[in-house]
Amino acid sequence: MKFDSSRPIYRQIIDSYKKQLIRGELKTGDKIPSQREYAEQVRINPNTVQRAYREMEALQMVETQRGQGTFIIVAEPMLTEIKLEMARDVLEYFSGEMKSLGYTYAQMISMLEEEEKKQGGGF
Amino acid sequence: MIEFKKVSKRFGSTQALDKLDANFPTGKIIGLFGPNGAGKSTSIKMIAGLNRPDQGQVLIDGELPRMSKAQIAYLPEIDHLYPWMTVGQAAEFTRTFYGDWDNDKYHELLKYLNLSAEMKTGKISKGQRAKTKLLLTVARRAPYLLMDEPLSGIDILTREEIINALVRDYREGEQTIIISTHEIAEVESLVDEVFFIDQGKIMLSGSAEEFRVERGQSLVEIMKEAFRHVDQ
Repeated sequence: MKFDSSRPIYRQIIDSYKKQLIRGELKTGDKIPSQREYAEQVRINPNTVQRAYREMEALQMVETQRGQGTFIIVAEPMLTEIKLEMARDVLEYFSGEMKSLGYTYAQMISMLEEEEKKQGGGF
Repeated sequence: MIEFKKVSKRFGSTQALDKLDANFPTGKIIGLFGPNGAGKSTSIKMIAGLNRPDQGQVLIDGELPRMSKAQIAYLPEIDHLYPWMTVGQAAEFTRTFYGDWDNDKYHELLKYLNLSAEMKTGKISKGQRAKTKLLLTVARRAPYLLMDEPLSGIDILTREEIINALVRDYREGEQTIIISTHEIAEVESLVDEVFFIDQGKIMLSGSAEEFRVERGQSLVEIMKEAFRHVDQ
């Protein structure tokens, strides 16, 4: 995994788990790597991984069972919520960038409709 | 915790450290960043007890550095290995000085870093010598690990091996690692706390993650901004 060094790494770790959940690559009951394994795999500070895992525990995305490991505990409706939240982030970024280029929302909508046609309808 | 209290040090006409104040917290991986001649090596040597402040004080868990030598493993910038020794002999040599030498860890790391005890330190590549230096430092179970430019002049693959070994071995929360380096991009995701040093003073310091939250910038970008006046 490649990190963007201008964004907090612990958040990128959480986001990557959220994406795997949304894509269905991870589901409730799945075991995820231990903090140490994860830090070694991606070569980042173990303290940063610890922070990400703690936050995911606080968000009730994962649960750590002593001696067993860390497991995904996300189910509906939380999954939908996570998806919506990530979509909002993308949207916020997109509209922010478009506004800085001088586009209005009406223009953005018509551009999106054009894009839809170009892609042969439906995303 | 390692404290610098208004520490000054002069070498001839050069003011190496100028009333430097800093607190390096325990249990973190700390980056000490700055241009050449900023005072990085002087600071690290001072923690290792190899030079003394002209004014001010350095304290390691409340004690003077010369009282804390057993607590500190130091990787110097210079090539300090005796060329006639093999890696194994250098290890044996280091082991006799330090009670915290962990022989199992040494053998494990030797393998992990693709080194062998029979290699003559004078005959191996620069990258292999860098890895040997790392090996000899990290095979001690010292609570403080000081590394002065551990990555400079080394190819990218060896740098990765060194960083891998560091991450693998790091005892989070317990061990404190201070790394001075120019290669900030290489250690972006390795450091917890960063101190930008210039002209013997700390210009900027804080948590790497907080910097990213607040500024949306990488450490390299922050460094460039902070040192815009300095010729890099």
